[in-house]
Amino acid sequence: MNFSSRPAPLDVARIRQDFPILSQKIRGKPLVFLDSAASAQKPRVVAEAMVNAMETQYANVHRGLHWMSERTTEAYETARDAVARLLNAPDRHEIVFTRNITEAINLVAHSFGRHLLRPGQAVLISDMEHHSNIVPWQLLREDRGIELRVAPVTDAGELDLDAFESLFSDGKVGLVSITHMSNVLGTCTPAERIARIAHAHGAKVLFDGAQAVVHRRVDVQAIDADFYAFTGHKLYGPTGIGALWGRRELLEAMPPFLGGGEMISSVSYEKTTWAQVPHKFEAGTPAILEAVGLDAAINYVESIGYDAIAGHEASLIDHALTRLAALDGVRVLGRAQDRGGLVSFTVDRAHAHDVATLLDRNGVAVRAGHHCAEPLMRRFGLASTARASFGIYTTHEEIDVLVDTLARVREFFA
Amino acid sequence: MADAAFDDVRDLYQEVILDHGRRPRHAHRPARIDASAKGDNPMCGDRIEVFVAYDESGRIAETGFEARGCAISVASADLMAEVVPGSSVEQARALFEKFRRMATTGACPDCATDEKLERLQPLSGVHEYPSRVKCATLPWHALIAALDGGKESSSE
Repeated sequence: MNFSSRPAPLDVARIRQDFPILSQKIRGKPLVFLDSAASAQKPRVVAEAMVNAMETQYANVHRGLHWMSERTTEAYETARDAVARLLNAPDRHEIVFTRNITEAINLVAHSFGRHLLRPGQAVLISDMEHHSNIVPWQLLREDRGIELRVAPVTDAGELDLDAFESLFSDGKVGLVSITHMSNVLGTCTPAERIARIAHAHGAKVLFDGAQAVVHRRVDVQAIDADFYAFTGHKLYGPTGIGALWGRRELLEAMPPFLGGGEMISSVSYEKTTWAQVPHKFEAGTPAILEAVGLDAAINYVESIGYDAIAGHEASLIDHALTRLAALDGVRVLGRAQDRGGLVSFTVDRAHAHDVATLLDRNGVAVRAGHHCAEPLMRRFGLASTARASFGIYTTHEEIDVLVDTLARVREFFA
Repeated sequence: MADAAFDDVRDLYQEVILDHGRRPRHAHRPARIDASAKGDNPMCGDRIEVFVAYDESGRIAETGFEARGCAISVASADLMAEVVPGSSVEQARALFEKFRRMATTGACPDCATDEKLERLQPLSGVHEYPSRVKCATLPWHALIAALDGGKESSSE
């Protein structure tokens, strides 16, 4: 990233024209979509790419000897190149398409955890993980006797790095699996330092990049990660497609996750041999059209540029935090120094669901609940929060609508 | 409270619901507890525990609850605790079936003739908010689980 050049401000008005859904009204009120961290809206180019593939260039991949299959295979593999570029992966064969992050983490838990970790070793997560980065490790613990350790989070909502490092002292940690950006607190974790600490103690490290990839340029080589998982639908792409990046030597040492077509070299009843990576991990007909859509989404994001995106979101979060701080009875959860474009909050005397319902009546879409992070909620003594999350199409005026409506919600439940 | 922007949520947040959500009268454990059950809404993490005491004839003498939930679920629990005492187990089940129909469809053909149901009628507005229907029915699921002698229920 070139820090010396000031990014051109985002032309949000023009960007919004690329997202037809945003011009809708909800019960007569303009839609204020502040739930992009759950799933982002899709630019027209993504829909067009998928429709175009269906109308002009579609067949199954990697198996047909005909024109349509060859062209579709090219398009599918072009999407793999796009993901490799997005993450700055050194080798396109290190990109394994998955349905989503959940599947990517389960793949690592199954193929790395069950086969390359030994009973008695430990997997280290943090106290701000999504359930998708907790439950697969609990299953592994029950199945293989591999311990699950949890690094604490400070009151500010940051990873407690000293405590994190102390959890390596007995030499048992074989894998760190940790978020790159919390979906509840917005906290960005210090990925390079985490990887350095993990490697110093002989552990591998997996990052859950569900949120981080949306808000900043990710470079798996600069981080020195071993695995990195991301999902397309939060990056303005379609649902049903994401990817796991892993170092080639690790992926090659890992047995397959699912068995079936696509992932074999040859099959006989006596012995079946696996395809090379990444195909070894892509059993069955993949999400072909979704890959085409993901390729379009990545191209779209790259055309805007991460410097501009990060600048825009930093300005949105500054505006939101400033305005929310001035609102009596509204408490923001987490005050990390390094954070992405979302903010969780509670409102005195009003349950998060009631807050969300009233906001919705004014056209404002937020998420409310435990955000699939119940342990983190308990850490902060909460059952639920409301969360506003921003995208490239979010405007300062939309944040004003949120805050002004919240002021009225306060009165309603006063 | 005269907020034009929220006029159209008055069908959901009627005054009686805001009142009982804010100041529930039955949010406690009865002196005697013959049955209890927890209810869980996995979507939001809300939890409720409902307590039941029976009289000598086996009718419900008293119910109370402890809840962590939204205004709708707390108000629904409180109104439930208000109307259920005096009912037999079968009558409580029948009332729940009618309440559930009201919460999901908004229709309440018996509200004019059934005092207890009429008391619950302010919750009928929830039918226009599909994601919130479970908030209103969660306390009832827990009550029925308690009457069944069970310990856990879910609004799923």
